[in-house]
Amino acid sequence: MSLPLGLIATDSDSCIHRLDPRLRIVTALGLAMTTLSLGSPLTLVAALLGAVLLTRLARLDWRVLLKRLLLMEGFMLLVLLSLPFTTPGEAWFTIGQLTASQAGGWHALHILLKAHTVVLVLLTLIATIELVTLGHALAHLRVPDKLVHLFLFTVRYIAVLYEEYRRLRLAMKARGFVFTTSRHSWRSIGWLVGMLLVRSLERAERIVAAMRCRGFHGRFYLLDELRWQPADRVAGVLFTLAASLLLIIDRY
Amino acid sequence: MSEQHPLLSLRGAHFAYPGHPVLKQVDFTLYPGERVAIAGANGAGKSSLLHLLVGLNSLSQGTLTAFGLPVRREDDFRAVRAQAGLLFQDPDDQLFCPTVLEDVTFGPLNLGKNATQARAIAEQVLDQLGLSGFAQRITHKLSGGEKRLVALATVLAMQPRVLLLDEPTNALDKPTERRMTELLLGLPQAMVLISHDAHFVDQLATRAVLLQDGTLQDATLHRHPHLHSHLHIHGTDTSDHSHQDSLDG
Repeated sequence: MSLPLGLIATDSDSCIHRLDPRLRIVTALGLAMTTLSLGSPLTLVAALLGAVLLTRLARLDWRVLLKRLLLMEGFMLLVLLSLPFTTPGEAWFTIGQLTASQAGGWHALHILLKAHTVVLVLLTLIATIELVTLGHALAHLRVPDKLVHLFLFTVRYIAVLYEEYRRLRLAMKARGFVFTTSRHSWRSIGWLVGMLLVRSLERAERIVAAMRCRGFHGRFYLLDELRWQPADRVAGVLFTLAASLLLIIDRY
Repeated sequence: MSEQHPLLSLRGAHFAYPGHPVLKQVDFTLYPGERVAIAGANGAGKSSLLHLLVGLNSLSQGTLTAFGLPVRREDDFRAVRAQAGLLFQDPDDQLFCPTVLEDVTFGPLNLGKNATQARAIAEQVLDQLGLSGFAQRITHKLSGGEKRLVALATVLAMQPRVLLLDEPTNALDKPTERRMTELLLGLPQAMVLISHDAHFVDQLATRAVLLQDGTLQDATLHRHPHLHSHLHIHGTDTSDHSHQDSLDG
């Protein structure tokens, strides 16, 4: 059983995969911020090319990437279609009663380039980290304990809950349940959700009990230590240089 | 010898869930070296009894003495839980850490061991259970049998003197069940075990008690002559049982 958790190729081996997860998180955030603050089409295109280069370095499968991007394209289409016609400014072209503005066109292009760059960067640098490692890296980056534990518990139990949901749903099917838009269907689904909540609550209580049995008193301990490698330093410097270069060119 | 000093001793225990009495006037004693099977119907309160022993349920009446000391408050129970390891029915309740190593070291770290010591204990326990090489596995990706063995490892890592096992072979396939039985037979700890698996009880238990209508009575392990033998557990004072001649337990 597997859940669509949005990860890609967490187990492949590339120069990107070998980088320290902390570096990948910080870099992804840094590059995303840089991209968002860029203003000229030239640097935006350069940033997008950079992001594409990153996906190549991580040896990600094009087909998988395109599938992911498709999820976003519907929204992008909406932006492309609506922004030119809703932004005031100098006329660009006219279709019947509707006039597209140049400013709106540029605006849409900006959003298109930025969104694709940021998504590609996130897919390459963060979606390729195993969730557990991601949790640990966040903890090492001093993200508040409660958030990290919430994240790790979610990772641990989402599959268990999904399995419980699947079992209940299968049992419903076995008794001839077919979902239609009838009152009976909605009520049955309501009960299913309610039962899942009750079971989750009970499971949570059992988990806490099991933790108390092993001496839990409100503190978690981290076992692993992440160590910076020379390659991480080099990559960190390279990413910083690239981002700075983009920002500088963008200013002039 | 410590034979006279019980590890756990429950006297006159009463326990009830709101509006639903479970245990009435229960006495139970566990001595070193014993492996006691608790028999009883579903919902008879077997799990509740194990949970009482480590303070996950609280007594409404009666006293508990553990390892020579009276146990009343949560603070007392903390010390008890370090020495009486409870193996839960569903390993998914017990294994909550992302990786096996983290789960097995969770207990020792809570008991104040440092990371190096905890890791050493974990490796030793995993090795003992034939699970070396499992340390970095992701817990929720383990098979049912592996989960159960790892759950046992997390309990053993606390280095307890008593094991409380809630249906340890439930839903295990035959080879894994055999492996579990052999592992448990090789352990020095006194045990209290709940199991509906007669064969398992037969191999492991040194004594049995029967929980019925909220009361606990001593029971005998006894066999019927068949082409092959089954193990049945009856209360000792059950006067009308029809297999009197085959009593050998």
